[in-house]
Amino acid sequence: MPDGKDPLEPVDPGQAIAPGGGYGGGMDLAAADAQTLERTPGTGQDAGGPTGKPRSLWSDAWRDLRRNPIFIISALIILFLVFIAIWPGTIATQDPLKANLAKSQAGPEPGHPFGFDNQGRDVYTRVVYGARASVTVGVCATAGVVILGSVLGGLAGFFGGWWDAVLSRISDVFFGIPVVLGGLVFLSVVTNSTVWPVVGFMVLLGWPQIARIARGSVITARQNDYVQAARALGAGNRRMLVRHIAPNAVAPVIVVGTIALGTYIALEATLSYLGVGLKPPTVSWGIDISDASNSIRDAPHMLLWPAGALSLTVLAFIMLGDAVRDALDPKLR
Amino acid sequence: MTDTVKGAAPAGEPILQVRNLVKHFPLTRGIVFQKQVGAVKAVDGISFDLHRGETLGIVGESGCGKSTVAKLLMNLERATSGEVFYKGEDITRLSGRALKAVRRNIQMVFQDPYTSLNPRMTVGDIIGEPFDIHPEVAPKGDRRKRVQELLDVVGLNPEYVNRYPHQFSGGQRQRIGIARGLALNPEIIICDEPVSALDVSVQAQVVNLMEKLQDEFGLSYIFIAHDLSIVRHISDRVGVMYLGRMAEIGTDAEIYEHPTHPYTQALLSAVPVPDPQAREQRAAGADSGAAAGRGRIILSGDVPSPADPPSGCRFRTRCWKAQDRCAQEQPLLAVPEVFRGSGTPAEHESACHFAEERATAEAA
Repeated sequence: MPDGKDPLEPVDPGQAIAPGGGYGGGMDLAAADAQTLERTPGTGQDAGGPTGKPRSLWSDAWRDLRRNPIFIISALIILFLVFIAIWPGTIATQDPLKANLAKSQAGPEPGHPFGFDNQGRDVYTRVVYGARASVTVGVCATAGVVILGSVLGGLAGFFGGWWDAVLSRISDVFFGIPVVLGGLVFLSVVTNSTVWPVVGFMVLLGWPQIARIARGSVITARQNDYVQAARALGAGNRRMLVRHIAPNAVAPVIVVGTIALGTYIALEATLSYLGVGLKPPTVSWGIDISDASNSIRDAPHMLLWPAGALSLTVLAFIMLGDAVRDALDPKLR
Repeated sequence: MTDTVKGAAPAGEPILQVRNLVKHFPLTRGIVFQKQVGAVKAVDGISFDLHRGETLGIVGESGCGKSTVAKLLMNLERATSGEVFYKGEDITRLSGRALKAVRRNIQMVFQDPYTSLNPRMTVGDIIGEPFDIHPEVAPKGDRRKRVQELLDVVGLNPEYVNRYPHQFSGGQRQRIGIARGLALNPEIIICDEPVSALDVSVQAQVVNLMEKLQDEFGLSYIFIAHDLSIVRHISDRVGVMYLGRMAEIGTDAEIYEHPTHPYTQALLSAVPVPDPQAREQRAAGADSGAAAGRGRIILSGDVPSPADPPSGCRFRTRCWKAQDRCAQEQPLLAVPEVFRGSGTPAEHESACHFAEERATAEAA
């Protein structure tokens, strides 16, 4: 509400209700209220006059995002991460695989600001090079899970019926598979050492979570009168889904999706620790974190740097998700 | 009876004819393999006509099937059986393009202005959406102007196009909903309790606006409400519903001044009287019969479940006149024999075996 008490409704108790059963006695507010309602409420920020460009949810959201410092900061962090994932050599000139056992677990020194790991490899270089695998796993697994889960769950919620029943049972089956056991079974038969089998496995096991959330919020949105109103106007299913249901059902998916991104990067570490995830010589934060966790008391720097990078990445995506969610809610503007 | 007197016989040919409309919602058990165990008989055989330019009020208590009737007329629910003829064409079986074409002419105003407007669309997008769906109504370059004209018609500032629904009050939101309903120049607007979510003072504005628009655009309204005084204010004819059936239908004077169905009589006797003195007189009048049957009738019991309605007359379980015949024989909605050809205002359709005016009942 732009202004707590709305000044627009002329409330005149003497005029409002004629006694003796309601609206019988000479009530003609039509002329009067048409005049009164012309007044503009004191919002001030509403600039769009009849001559201005028509605005929509998405253009308003984008305008809002560009002014949101949280969005700018998180977007810059993510752009930076993407940059070093593609061209790690530009800020780390050493070889992430070059080991010098004499320096095993040694602390920082000039040229090696983050110190050395168990095998005497430079931690800074490994953090930079690890971004590629970790960000790829996190972003691709999240994107896959969100797309697959929200499409399947959203359609199940929208159409209901047997499609919903079948899909819900299938997602129950996938919920029943323990992640670690499933990972050992699925990934131990894969010989490919790229990130893609890991991403595929995460999407396979992760989609039911998003599907359930998407289904629930689509069912909530579908029951609103504005969806009925659109149907009454003759809108097709696609228009109702795209214009009315999706924008009103997307918020919980964004929140869960951005939080899940961090868990996927951590899950990659778990799987790598068990020997079924990424395999050396691939460099990833997950592998380094699981290596370092054995010697956390002797050499905490080995854990802190890759874990810090992971936290920063997760934080950036959560902030981005938050900013996008807020921008899509006109009530918060 | 002339057309100039409000409440007189309706003018114009029937634009919408409803015949034996039935909607049963199945009650099912099981998740994958569903088994029907019964049905909620929300609407169970309703017939009425709507004439061009008139307002038909439909009243009844919560759960009697009023809103289901609205959804059936809008084709938002598929009728179990029965027909709705719009200009002679049965619209309950239409789909695809033919249905879309009919929807241009029958539009709806919803009950709750807080859920009937998409919170994530600007007012311009909400009112402009009908033109996106039916692009033949307004050429693309013209739409923005049309939206602003519509805002002006419903008494809102045309500069509000870029605002969102939450920036408006309830009454203003309902005006936006009305503007959306008007966008396609429909002939019929079905109003499902359009003012019951609004403050009383704002109700009057919205109802007056609707009357103004009716005169301006020659609209026919079906006005569903549970507020008897508003229905009387706006309606030319009134139908009273009880548990999925029409109990009584007639002009507003016939229904309000000369009800012959016991349910209507009980319903009207429950209208509060805002004047304490008149209230006392009314209470006294219940004994003497002086106040023309305005004494309060207290019904016992609850409305039966629509999943298991009583046999025969739906109202018999709570009716003080009920006899064996009422349980065996369903009373049809027709002019009761006692009043047929009498020329009195009591000569209107009433679904009761023992229809009579209450004043005479008390005098007897």
